Amino acid sequence: MVEIVTQSNVSAGDFETQDLLLNVGPQHPSTHGVFRMVMTVDGELVKDVIPYIGYLHRGAEKLCETMDFRQGIGFMDRTEYLAAFNAELSYVMAVEALADLEVPERAQWIRMILIELNRLSSHFMFMGAFGVDTGVFGTPFIYAWRERETLIDLFEEVSGDRMMYAYFRPGGVAWDVPVNFVERVNEVLQSAEQGISDFDSLLTENEIFVARTHGVGAISAERAIALGMSGPSLRASGVDMDIRRDQPYLKYDQLDWDVVTGEYGDVFDRYYCRLLEMRESVKIIRQCLDHLKAGPILPEKMPRMLRTPPGEVYVRTEAPRGEYGVYMVSRGGNRPHRLKVRSSCLSNLQALTELTVGQYVADAIIILGSIDIVLSEVDR
Amino acid sequence: MSVELFGLSFNPWADAAIRLQIIVGFMTVVVMGLIYAERKILARFHQRIGPQRTGPKGTLQSVADAVKLVGKEDLRPAAADPWTFELAPYFVFIPIFLGFVIVPWVQGWNVRILELGILYFVAISSISIVGWLMAGWGSDNRYAIIGALRAAAQGISYELPLVLALLSAAMIAGSFQLDRIVEFQDTVPILVWQPLGFFIFFVAALAELNRTPFDIPVGESEIVGGPFVEYSGIRWSMFFLAEYAGMLIMAFVGSSVFLGGYAWPFGEELGLPFQILISAAKGGLFIFLIFWVRASVPRLRIDQLMGYSWKVLLPFSFLQIMINGLVLVYDLPHVVLLVTGVALLGALFWVTDGIARRPLQPRRKLARVLAVQESEG
Repeated sequence: MVEIVTQSNVSAGDFETQDLLLNVGPQHPSTHGVFRMVMTVDGELVKDVIPYIGYLHRGAEKLCETMDFRQGIGFMDRTEYLAAFNAELSYVMAVEALADLEVPERAQWIRMILIELNRLSSHFMFMGAFGVDTGVFGTPFIYAWRERETLIDLFEEVSGDRMMYAYFRPGGVAWDVPVNFVERVNEVLQSAEQGISDFDSLLTENEIFVARTHGVGAISAERAIALGMSGPSLRASGVDMDIRRDQPYLKYDQLDWDVVTGEYGDVFDRYYCRLLEMRESVKIIRQCLDHLKAGPILPEKMPRMLRTPPGEVYVRTEAPRGEYGVYMVSRGGNRPHRLKVRSSCLSNLQALTELTVGQYVADAIIILGSIDIVLSEVDR
Repeated sequence: MSVELFGLSFNPWADAAIRLQIIVGFMTVVVMGLIYAERKILARFHQRIGPQRTGPKGTLQSVADAVKLVGKEDLRPAAADPWTFELAPYFVFIPIFLGFVIVPWVQGWNVRILELGILYFVAISSISIVGWLMAGWGSDNRYAIIGALRAAAQGISYELPLVLALLSAAMIAGSFQLDRIVEFQDTVPILVWQPLGFFIFFVAALAELNRTPFDIPVGESEIVGGPFVEYSGIRWSMFFLAEYAGMLIMAFVGSSVFLGGYAWPFGEELGLPFQILISAAKGGLFIFLIFWVRASVPRLRIDQLMGYSWKVLLPFSFLQIMINGLVLVYDLPHVVLLVTGVALLGALFWVTDGIARRPLQPRRKLARVLAVQESEG
């Protein structure tokens, strides 16, 4: 480990003080996984933060290069375990672009519904974890868990798995959804809407929550763009950018929904953008259900072993945490020659030092929480 | 000189020791009940079930916890200061239990009636901050030292509003002696005359007890338990016991001073069983409020915490004392207290709300932050 020499003797009158080097993580309740940051603190103020990543590196991208296209889906699930449908989507869309596959209508709508539901479940997890970061004892966490539970029950009914779905396939989806899918989605949406309102009244209208989050960890739009942030963390700074609208994939251009942007780019805006975005997701899913018609879920002529012509492609989608891109190079054959995941969490995490320096120690924790990282996506 | 206890006469010191011993034993059991109650009540707030496997409805959960804690190894970090580290739990634990000396549980049930009971309580309970500092310093852990310094700052800041709130109630009752204060309230509790005082007392009590939203010294999500981070086994459980015992004593002092203890609403002529019931119900209500707050609000930041004490609570408590003084000196009717108290409480809420939602200040601060970022970037 690199030795950090940032200690300086600051004289406050006759009183000699020294900065404190505070190690947070990798085992710490608020680092959302195995993330480590070394903070230099002057009393309660943070003077410097050095993040250390890589504790969860499994070489998922490299492993994918040894697997055929269908096997790689499982690895994509594990890079982003809170929004696995979104991660799968980028991957299968990259394969489809390389192999020039046409995805049937029904499969597209099913994908739409599932990724938006997954956005909901992922944002619920954010709400819960963030509430705990700000110091509520468990209540938001358990509420979030309850809402997420109904959602992953549905995912289990659809895909057979609760987190690592491996349900999307190049060309469509693995199998058709259950017969009562529409009713179940409606049910889940109803409870999710109630859950969103619960969070709105539990956190947004809580004076202490507002006092803790307003004006903390603000970042300007220019800096956010320069640091490569994306997703709600970027939109909170007022940047009106959403891949779902700007480069529509699937059927987003046929639906009526809004991109939520914040104003000040502080912790509160990052939180509130996510909350409003959940309402938009509910809106999107409701519309998708109307479009869901019977039909095939895979192209008619799917080869048993999918091979792609040589080429390279970069596909990006709007995952709950931002732009989740997959860069794939193929030299022909049944597996990618090179795969690179553009992780939204890793890029958003770049802003951590800039956001945290000059804030209080307690704020450093909620700033990290507000960026909403998934460490397995950062490290892959 | 001898004192009568259970129909026998004792030396006063022996008598006090016996009474205190009874209370310590009794309290340990009550604290275990409290821990169970907190777990069950919080579980309800969380829409969980809570403990259910240990004994009927999980009632033996605290016993299981205690057995587990006693069985654990009593670890001490190699770099810790042995004396401060090992003595710290006692410095937290003993002052809190000494506070039980003055609590009038029901009429005639107490260890000692002290003429300056309230002052004794305030003085003795603030000693435990020394224990927190010792724990933080002795652990040789950076989280612990940050937590300890936070505890010291917070304890000192909130001691003042707490004392002043109790003082304002004592002014109305005309005594520092807790059983006199209780007897003063046999028709109307002091809460009616001192709504502001009660609110300040409740907030300051939360801070003194390091409960949410003032659990900054332990800050689970940032400094992972603060001064206790290195403690384990029986020593840790002593901190835990002290926390709940502190909650209990705060609840009973609060109910004696503001809610009329065992006296209100039926006066004193009611029999012992009713007094026990009333006293327990009021203490329980107080403790339930603490649990409720814990389940619903986030934690404040250290600067907000200190600012709230010094800039808001302290001036308001002084204002309350001034009004009390005017009413007492000029012999005004007590209704004046009620009216001004409610008005001041409203003003306090308004100020608090204004601070919490302060819409302009963060924006200005934000603009400054952005300006700095732009000049650098």
